[in-house]
Amino acid sequence: MAVCIAVIAKENYPLYIRSTPTENELKFHYMVHTSLDVVDEKISAMGKALVDQRELYLGLLYPTEDYKVYGYVTNSKVKFVMVVDSSNTALRDNEIRSMFRKLHNSYTDVMCNPFYNPGDRIQSSRAFDNMATSMMMQVC
Amino acid sequence: AAGPVADLFRASQLPAETLHQITELCGAKRVGYFGATQFYIALKLIAAAQSGLPVRIESVKCELPLPRFMMSKNDGEIRFGNPAELHGTKVQIPYLTTEKNSFKRMDDEDKQQETQSPTMSPLASPPSSPPHYQRVPLSHGYSKLRSSAEQIHAAPYEARQPLVQPEGSSSGGPGTKPLRHQASLIRSFSVERELQDNSSYPDEPWRITEEQREYYVNQFRSLQPDPSSFISGSVAKNFFTKSKLSIPELSYIWELSDADCDGALTLPEFCAAFHLIVARKNGYPLPEGLPPTLQPEYLQAAFPKPKWDCQLFDSYSESLPANQQPRDLNRMEKTSVKDMADLPVPTQDVTSDDKQALKSTINEALSKDVSEDPATSKDSNSLKARPRSRSYSSTSIEEAMKRGEDPPTPPPRPQKTHSRASSLDLNKVFQPSVPATKSGLLPPPPALPPRPCPSQSEQVSEAELLPQLSRAPSQAAESSPAKKDVPYSQPPSKPIRRKFRPENQATENQEPSTASSGPASAATVKPHPTVQKQSSKQKKAIQTAIRKNKEANAVLARLNSELQQQLKEVHQERIALENQLEQLRPVTVL
Repeated sequence: MAVCIAVIAKENYPLYIRSTPTENELKFHYMVHTSLDVVDEKISAMGKALVDQRELYLGLLYPTEDYKVYGYVTNSKVKFVMVVDSSNTALRDNEIRSMFRKLHNSYTDVMCNPFYNPGDRIQSSRAFDNMATSMMMQVC
Repeated sequence: AAGPVADLFRASQLPAETLHQITELCGAKRVGYFGATQFYIALKLIAAAQSGLPVRIESVKCELPLPRFMMSKNDGEIRFGNPAELHGTKVQIPYLTTEKNSFKRMDDEDKQQETQSPTMSPLASPPSSPPHYQRVPLSHGYSKLRSSAEQIHAAPYEARQPLVQPEGSSSGGPGTKPLRHQASLIRSFSVERELQDNSSYPDEPWRITEEQREYYVNQFRSLQPDPSSFISGSVAKNFFTKSKLSIPELSYIWELSDADCDGALTLPEFCAAFHLIVARKNGYPLPEGLPPTLQPEYLQAAFPKPKWDCQLFDSYSESLPANQQPRDLNRMEKTSVKDMADLPVPTQDVTSDDKQALKSTINEALSKDVSEDPATSKDSNSLKARPRSRSYSSTSIEEAMKRGEDPPTPPPRPQKTHSRASSLDLNKVFQPSVPATKSGLLPPPPALPPRPCPSQSEQVSEAELLPQLSRAPSQAAESSPAKKDVPYSQPPSKPIRRKFRPENQATENQEPSTASSGPASAATVKPHPTVQKQSSKQKKAIQTAIRKNKEANAVLARLNSELQQQLKEVHQERIALENQLEQLRPVTVL
C-alpha cells in the first residue's frame, strides 16, 4: 500500500529506496529527503527523555495533497520512511505500524547477515526486497 | 527429432527411417516433445532396433542389450562400469512408471548430456555439472548398485583423474558417454523403484550425501568444537570467504541458509550453507529459495547428531574410499582437509537416494520444482522460525550473546566472538586472560612522536618529564577533545624536561626499583627450582637468561609505575584545564 519505502542510515544517507515504478521516482526521493528534517525534529523534541522511552513509530510526518509520509526510527537512528497514497483512506494507523514492524524485522535480518556491512546499501538481500515489494504491490 | 535427442539418435547409427519410426512409436510426435517416458521408450526401441528386433512397442518389454551410441565427443577416460553388471539391471527398464518430475528432469538432463561434453569448465556448462554431480542415483542400502554406479558417475571433464575401480567391477566397457548416461538412467529407474520411500524431494544437487555431511561436520568442528552450538557470523564469514565466492553471493547463500536469521549457524544451517557454496563452486546457480533437502529440520531429521562412526557410512565404505579427488575443493581454499577421503563429497555427489541422479538443467527444472516447493516450505519455516527469532532480534544484543553462551563453552581456545555483537563483554572477558600472560614480556610501547598540543607540558614542568610524558599528554589530549587551549610550544619545555629527567629517573629509580624488585623476585623465584634440574651448563645459561629477564622485568616495572604516575598527574591537569574551560566558556559564548 505504500508507494515508496526508504531506509535511511543514521548519517542521513539512503540505504534503500524503492518506489512503485509507475510514478515519478524522483518526486518520492525528494519527499523522503524533506521528511528527514521532520524526523530529526521529532527525535530531538523527545530529546531529554531517554532513548528507550522514545517510541519508534513516529506517525504521520507530514501530509501533502496526494501523499502522506510516515516515519519510524530505530534505536540506532536508522530511519524508515514510507510514502502512502492519500487516496488510500482505508489505511489505518495500526496497519502502518505493522508495516513498519515488518520493515524493521527484515532490516534486522539483513543486519544479521555477516556479509552485510552496516552502512552499505541494502542490495543483496532478496528477502528484504521481496518484503518491500510486497508492501508496495498491495496498492493494486 | 529435436536437436540433442536427434544427435543421440543419429549416433545410434540406425537408419533415419527407423529413427522416425521410433520417434513415432514412443509418442514424441504425439506429444510434441521428448518427455522422459518417451525418451526411455525411444532408447529401448533403439536398443531393440540395434539388436535387430522389429521396432514395436512390445519390444520394449523384452530384455535387450543396451543401445549403443557412437559419439565422438567423449573426453575423459571415463572408465566405464562393467556393462555386464548393468545388463543385470536393465530389466528394470520396463518399469517406467516413476514420478513425473523425475521424468522431466531426466529428460532435460538427457538433452543436456549431448551438449555438455565439449565443455570443460563447470561454469561454462552448469547443466553438465549436475549430471556429474548427481549422476549417481545411489541409495544408501544398495552397495552393489552403488559400486557399479560409482564408475558411471565419472563426470567427463571432472574425471580427468582415473576413477579407481571399486571392487566387484571389471574394467570399463565402452566408454561412451551416452551409454554410461543411459546406464545411469537405468540405474536410476531401478533404484527409484526400490527407494521411493527414501525421499520425496526431487532436487538432487541439493541433497547432501553422507560423505559430504561428514566433511561438513568436520569443518564445523574445526570452527566450533561443540556440534550442538553455533558458529558465529564473523567466524563463518571468514571461513566462507575463503571459498573465494563473491560477497553478494556469499551474502545470498547466508540469507538462504540462516533460516532463523540469528546471525549464527547451527550445524544443519552450516551444512546447508556449505553445500550451497560447494554447489556454487561447481557451477550450479543458486536456488531462489532454500531447497527442502537443505532445510534445517530436514537435515536434522535426515542426519541425526553427527557421529563419527556413522552407521550409514558402512554401506558406503567399500565403494567410496575409492573416489578421492579433491577437485573442486582444491579450488576452494577450504581444503585444509588433510584426508582425501572426505573430498569426493562435493564433487562426486554420491547423492544417495533414489531419484534422479540426473538432474536436469538446474535452472529450469530445479527452480521450477524447487521454487514452489521451498517457497512454501520456506515460508512455513520462516513462519515457524519467526516467532522464535523475533524474540531474539527484537530484544537487545545481550540476548543474542546469551544464546551464544548457553551451549557448553568450548575448550581453552579463546572464543572471542560468540555472537556477532559480542564486541562487548566476551572480548573483554577473554582478552585480559590472554595478554596477562604476556605482559611481562611486552616491550615498552614505542614512543609516540611528541604531539604539538600537550598543553599540560608547561604546567607539568616539575613533573616526571620522561619522553613518555609526551605520550601520556598526547593520549590525554586525545581523550579530552574539549581542550581549546592554545597548544604551548613544546620545544622550549623540552630542555626542561630533559633536565628533570635524570632527576626523576634517579628518584623514581628508587621507588620503582623497590616495587619492582618485589615482583621481580617473585617472578624469578619460579625459575629457580626448575634451574636446579638442569645440567650445569644449562644452568648457567639459564641463570644468565634469568638475570636478563629480571633486569628487563625491573625496567618494565619501573616504567609501569612511572607511567602510572604520569597518568595520574595528567588526569589532574586535565581536570584543572576543564575547570578553566568551564570558567572561560560563558565569556566566549556571550
